Amino acid sequence: MLRQKTLEETKASARRASGNSASAAFYNNPNIRAIFYQILLVFGLGYFFYSIISNVLGNMEATGIKTGFNFLGASAGYDVLMSLISFESTDTYGRIFVVGFLNTLLVSGIGIFFATILGFIFGVAHFSHNLLIRKLALIYIEIFRNIPLLLQVFFWYFAVLSALPGARDSLSLGEAIFLNVRGLYLPKMVGGDLFWIAEVALGLAIAGIFVLRRWAKKRQDDTGKQFPVLNTSIAMVIGLPILALLLTGLPFEVEYPALKGFNYFGGITIIPELMALAIALSVYTGAFIAEAVRAGVQAIPNGQTEAARSIGLKEKKIMQLIIVPQAMRVIVPLLNSEYQSLVKNSTLAAAIGYPDLFNVFVGTALNQTGQAIETIFMTIIVYFAVNMLISFLMNRFNNAVALVSR
Amino acid sequence: MAKNTLLTATTLATALVAAATTAQAATLDDVKARGTLSCGVSTGLAGFSEKNADGSWSGLDVDVCRAVAAAVLGDANAVQYKPLTAKERFTALASGEIDMLSRNTTWTHTRDTSLGINFAGVNFYDGAAFMVSKDLGVKSATELDGANACIQAGTSTELAIADYFRVNNMSYKAVTFDTSDQTRQGFESGRCDFLTSDGSQLAALRIGLADPSNAIILPEVISKEPLGPVARQGDDQWFNIVKWSLNAMLEAEEQGVTSANVDDMRDNGNPGNKRLLGSEGELGANMGLNADWAYQIVKQVGNYSESFERNVGKDSPLNLDRGINALWNAGGIMYAPAMR
Repeated sequence: MLRQKTLEETKASARRASGNSASAAFYNNPNIRAIFYQILLVFGLGYFFYSIISNVLGNMEATGIKTGFNFLGASAGYDVLMSLISFESTDTYGRIFVVGFLNTLLVSGIGIFFATILGFIFGVAHFSHNLLIRKLALIYIEIFRNIPLLLQVFFWYFAVLSALPGARDSLSLGEAIFLNVRGLYLPKMVGGDLFWIAEVALGLAIAGIFVLRRWAKKRQDDTGKQFPVLNTSIAMVIGLPILALLLTGLPFEVEYPALKGFNYFGGITIIPELMALAIALSVYTGAFIAEAVRAGVQAIPNGQTEAARSIGLKEKKIMQLIIVPQAMRVIVPLLNSEYQSLVKNSTLAAAIGYPDLFNVFVGTALNQTGQAIETIFMTIIVYFAVNMLISFLMNRFNNAVALVSR
Repeated sequence: MAKNTLLTATTLATALVAAATTAQAATLDDVKARGTLSCGVSTGLAGFSEKNADGSWSGLDVDVCRAVAAAVLGDANAVQYKPLTAKERFTALASGEIDMLSRNTTWTHTRDTSLGINFAGVNFYDGAAFMVSKDLGVKSATELDGANACIQAGTSTELAIADYFRVNNMSYKAVTFDTSDQTRQGFESGRCDFLTSDGSQLAALRIGLADPSNAIILPEVISKEPLGPVARQGDDQWFNIVKWSLNAMLEAEEQGVTSANVDDMRDNGNPGNKRLLGSEGELGANMGLNADWAYQIVKQVGNYSESFERNVGKDSPLNLDRGINALWNAGGIMYAPAMR
């Protein structure tokens, strides 16, 4: 628009210049005009935001509401149910912010992981030749896509997980894994002196996968022979660390959860709030991803499948090599927004008391300090940044899978 | 295009400045013009503010709303109740969404000094306590080491319990819920070993349990929780009205004025009765109210004792003792400043 105008003005001033032999006045110079308007706009916007901020601060001052970020250094004085870093009630609001942020990342990460798996399984199942599987996929998608997420969170938390037995009558699996209304208790591996060798072995196995993939691709390019990369990779990742552990004489102890007083202590505790929220987010978003996958697969013309069959590929290989890579072009942009929705939906944690950023910071910290503007602002920035990062990564991924037109 | 954007921006900015600089009108005038008082209450707490089957509200906190409405508008029923969660309440008041807050809210220094609000008095002296299931076999709060606690998010109890456990060198897990009702659900499902809240709330939550006889309230009271009505900072006239509406109820009890004898007392009582009820003196006019402001309160709502017994005392399911909430001359600490 701006450029168009500039062009018109150029023509106009050129016309004027040809009529008037004298050169045009500087205020008729289109470039100077354009710059002038831009400067005016910047100042206008600057004034706009300045007046918003100064008004808010002025009014808050007038009503006696405290402002500023000093509260981040003050002791919070309350406890948080679950924290990935050490936290005590004497720690600061700043640390609460980090605790909440990590908890948000955790539940979002788990949600994205399982939603993707569920989505791809049920999305592809839609094209199964087995009627039962096909209908099952349809039922899953239609049920979970059409019920409000908050209701699903409540369902998993209050109807399913709250119905589990109390701490003293826990369900147990071999006296090692316990499940009760307070969560899932798993044994924890505590490494000894030589445990690092197993960790190194795991690292080597992961590095080995990349080497293996490159070697297998080169071999296939050269000789046409295929190599079972996936199976070998899985065997390496599991086998190498186990081998290392056996050779070093099992240098670890297993810490089992045990009932002491009111609760199980020791081992790893997965709180029911996390389970309920992660399940609800995965299942709900999974249904949408399944639809995205279906859309992606359906976008591939039938001719592709027929062509693949005619060169003798098996059905599994057709899916893997022909359909899915092409379908990804359609799926990835949709996945991007589903992932972003999932991160935003994780704020429903507040409804069941999972200590995510929204709950511990906008919920409790805001209420205890009363500094609404600051806490809300910080929280907005975090969700914005996380979603921008997801968008950035997904766009990179999209470029990698996009059809390269020649 | 650039010009248009600029124009929009300037217009918006000007509009915003204009809107933001409009002076806050006096709450009293707003309420009178509107004809109803907008009062923030809880989302439902037996005895303090609860919605009845017919849609009306009742409770000790609700009576403070009704008293202010009676004093200002002459009609105790001219109240619009706004149920608020613990997290919403102060923002709702500071932003002007409600005229006053009467929602079992603890008077703390931080709240009074940094949220742009003023506490107008105390209508119930409370303290945080613990409720446990009888099956647990716990007799004292000192036996709760390692237990899980159900707490409502954003309450002063959340801070009190953290202090208590730290001081006593015990550990606990805080399971925080959004509403008081959710803490009860969590307690009933066994997610936590004990529920902690103000003693009065525990009594109210207890009668809401499927089997109230199976829950006991432990003897320890771990904090001071003076609950009272709150007004917005910066409107002293309105603050005075809320403060003295509550004091009028206390003073009426002290003078022995009840909703039954208020007419007689106004006409034939001693000078103190007459000053309170407006047949003498300027008490109402000083606040910008009618002379019969306190008369309307006592006539329509009752004195503090009537309100207490009806909502939380012996005439209610909660059956709480007056305890420290008795008048100063009856062994309690309830005391209205001089009504003269």
